[in-house]
Amino acid sequence: MNPVRRKRLILIGLMVAGIAIAVGFALNAFNQNLMFFYAPSEVVAGDAPVDHPFRLGGLVTKGSVQRLPNGLTTRFQVTDMAKTVTVEYTGILPDLFREGQGIVAHGKLNTHGVFIADEVLAKHDENYMPPEVADALMKSKTGKPANGTAGTAP
Amino acid sequence: MIPELGHFALILALCLAIVQSVFPLVGSLNRTPSWVAMARPLAYGQFVFLAIAFAALVYAFLSDDFSVLYVAQNGNTELPTIYKVSAVWGAHEGSLLLWVFILSAWMIAVAAFTRSLPEVMVARVLSVMGMISIGFLSFLLFTSNPFARIFPAPLQGGELNPLLQDFGLAVHPPMLYMGYVGMSVAFSFAIAALIGGKLDTAWARWSRPWTLVAWMFLSIGIVLGSWWAYYELGWGGWWFWDPVENASFMPWLAGTALVHSLAVTEKRGAFKRWTVLLALLAFSLSLMGTFLVRSGVLTSVHAFASDPARGMFILAFLMIVIGGSLFLYALRAPGISRGGGFGILSRETLLLGNNLLLIVITSLVLLGTLAPLLYDAFDWGKISVGFPWFNSMFVTFTPLMILLMGAAPLTRWKHQDGGELLRQLRLALLISVVAGVIVALPFAAGTWSAGLAVGLSMWLLTTLLTSAWRRLRHRGGIRAIIADFASRGGRSYYGMWFAHLGVAVFVIGVTFVTQFDVEKDVRMSPAQEIVVNGYRFRFDGVSPHEGPNYLAQRGTVHVSRNGREVAVLHPEKRTYKVQTRPMTEAGIDASLFRDIYVSLGEPLDGGDWALRLYYKPMVRWIWLGGLLMAFGGLLAASDPRYRLRMLAKLSGKAAPADPLTAGGQA
Amino acid sequence: MPAFARYLAPLLAFLALAALLYKGLSIDPRTIPSPLIDKPAPAFRLPALKDPEQFISNTDFKGKVTLLNVWATWCVACRQEHPLLVKLRQQGVEIYGLNYKDKRPAAEQWLQRFGNPYIANAFDADGRMGIDWGVYGTPETFVIDKHGIIRHKHIGPITFNAIEHEILPLVKKLREAN
Repeated sequence: MNPVRRKRLILIGLMVAGIAIAVGFALNAFNQNLMFFYAPSEVVAGDAPVDHPFRLGGLVTKGSVQRLPNGLTTRFQVTDMAKTVTVEYTGILPDLFREGQGIVAHGKLNTHGVFIADEVLAKHDENYMPPEVADALMKSKTGKPANGTAGTAP
Repeated sequence: MIPELGHFALILALCLAIVQSVFPLVGSLNRTPSWVAMARPLAYGQFVFLAIAFAALVYAFLSDDFSVLYVAQNGNTELPTIYKVSAVWGAHEGSLLLWVFILSAWMIAVAAFTRSLPEVMVARVLSVMGMISIGFLSFLLFTSNPFARIFPAPLQGGELNPLLQDFGLAVHPPMLYMGYVGMSVAFSFAIAALIGGKLDTAWARWSRPWTLVAWMFLSIGIVLGSWWAYYELGWGGWWFWDPVENASFMPWLAGTALVHSLAVTEKRGAFKRWTVLLALLAFSLSLMGTFLVRSGVLTSVHAFASDPARGMFILAFLMIVIGGSLFLYALRAPGISRGGGFGILSRETLLLGNNLLLIVITSLVLLGTLAPLLYDAFDWGKISVGFPWFNSMFVTFTPLMILLMGAAPLTRWKHQDGGELLRQLRLALLISVVAGVIVALPFAAGTWSAGLAVGLSMWLLTTLLTSAWRRLRHRGGIRAIIADFASRGGRSYYGMWFAHLGVAVFVIGVTFVTQFDVEKDVRMSPAQEIVVNGYRFRFDGVSPHEGPNYLAQRGTVHVSRNGREVAVLHPEKRTYKVQTRPMTEAGIDASLFRDIYVSLGEPLDGGDWALRLYYKPMVRWIWLGGLLMAFGGLLAASDPRYRLRMLAKLSGKAAPADPLTAGGQA
Repeated sequence: MPAFARYLAPLLAFLALAALLYKGLSIDPRTIPSPLIDKPAPAFRLPALKDPEQFISNTDFKGKVTLLNVWATWCVACRQEHPLLVKLRQQGVEIYGLNYKDKRPAAEQWLQRFGNPYIANAFDADGRMGIDWGVYGTPETFVIDKHGIIRHKHIGPITFNAIEHEILPLVKKLREAN
């Protein structure tokens, strides 16, 4: 093989190796950063991870929103009409946050079973419940998701 | 009447597009000069009809013609005039009309500014653009007619979403579309070259200015979007890795790689296959972006209300355009000749490395954007890919690119002696490392990432200065520099210079605002003061206020520092009259080195309010960096070496006899 | 043809991507029929919007083909589809409304201002009925036949195309059936 060709191959090999490493790292970090979605029933049943962040979604239970005094911490309940999880969030809630509204929160469960949220999303158009929430609600009621063919028989 | 005229104009434009796609292309293959010559007039014709259609829709909005369904949905008599105009592209149908109108504008630009290119080439380019036009016009006419009527006409329109009633957001789509659509020019040049089977340095030289201008618009569009999100959405963020943002970022990344790859192909005839593929990729990503936004496949804050049937149409269109072009590539690629060879250390290698990195980032952004869909499709669960992943991925690869960016302008083409390069770079290296280390020390910024950012930016700055010094040191005085600026290859260089400077500025902005911003959510009573980062914020309560089409709760916050008043800010919570969703307007005191930013949360008991107070250092550098990049692109595009007719005149070459190949010299 | 084959890689990658996108479109919840299709409309009895003393219930649907449109004043897309609903009403289609998680005075004002295509509106203050009907959000429109069976659900604002190609033909067919 002529030396120019060899040089080129080494070069390309190096580049590819370097990039492959970096990409591998990125993909790995990807896996660790994925956040799965859980409905309150699943959380209560113990399906959700304990020390890894995940997304919790459901409806904000009417009458459950409490502002803790002297601060910006709010406590409220999130339900899928079957089970309920208490959520605590410190910070300003989004404009679209309302009792009865479907929301999605990012955060972790603490040892007392309270979901400490570091983000509460009602970023969607208020017209639509996040699809995962609607699915979860329907599932808990009828055993079938709101839309779609997957799901257990009623 | 006028809407019907507009509708009819669209139909005529479609007819012209069909003719434009077929005849010039076939004529170029059969060598039929009369058919080839049809390309330009057809392009002009399409523009005229699309201008009529667009004007008709604008007129319908301005005259509050609610018998047109789209106007009834998005217009309103109480809308300020400027927003009646921007409402034209505020929703799906109208924005598509804007898209195809801009396509026709690019078409006539190509028709007008390619006098010195071979007619055959121009004919093919315009034919391909015509095919794209057919796709969008069909989509408009068959699924998304902006001129559909509704009887009886409602007395009042719905209203343009208040979020969109804003200058920044009014201008953002046209800029973005100029960019997206502009990528179709490079795409069409690539297809034309593949069809002709001849990919040479001339082709690269012809494509480059078009790509640079499109890239410039795309940069501006993205900057506008980010800036808008920052001041309008109320929460201080400027980039969310939202699917629609990613949809604009991916073509930009591919476009950046393309611009650099074109440089290599133009200079050395190398990387032809890469360049063609990138040209196809950049536009394909633009189209993909269109699909993602309008099909409902991904939920996002931005997504237009969608009809899955539309999604199918766009997907079919994507299959034809992208699938077809990649198939053509596969057919022709084996026949593309290799360009000049180059050594392991050479500018070509560095540019190749840079492009590989850009492509890797693009692929990862694509992966992150589509992952939720992928998981859902295989029923692996409903996931979301967090913001942190995108950030850490981007931050991993960018420093590598910046290292290459600094070295490349000082590296020779074809072969660079390693020792010589090191000698040129060592001062820059020294300064950068020292600066980085100093900044990382506890008494300065104190974090290694701030140190890294400063180090990298200094690296770019010092290498740029080194390169400029080397270029200009033998010329005397200001006059010589101006002459250099005006010379062939001059503006190309300075374009690179400013664009790379823009990257340095951007990196500083992003790192500082991410590392050192201070955000405090607080509960404040009227007359209460809170200090954030040396700034004293005094909340003076909230009072009602009425705007042209909204009611607001207007807060007053006095900001002072060291006893001197810095600003009085008025964050608001607005309720627009037609739809009652609350909107947050932030109060911002902007300056070059920091922003002070306040937004109202919600009212609490006792007259207290929840407020968010921010200190955002260097945030404006983010957009300044972007604008510098765009400026660089513009400079480079204006390089006189692209004025081929001038070139031909200067070199005194006689025109060849064959009218089909007249004009172009390789 | 090995040379040719090497260069097919980008095309193949794209085809895989296109397949994913196609799948994505088909699992879009908006394209999948609701499990309530061809089932009796869930029972409900809610106060009317206009007069809280009066009640609307699913028995009101018996005997005629009706549309049930879920809407609210806080819903921008509802405002967009509204003119089309008014038009539908004028074409003789019977439309009931489900005023979803809204406030009475605002809703009444809205109807006065923009026109009222509804025979009557059920006032679902807390959204319970919406949950029973699998409502994602607003607007949504159900087509119910003479026997009170749900035959179609349209998610999102009604479009021109939806009216011409889905709703009107279905209404016609259901009216002609027993």
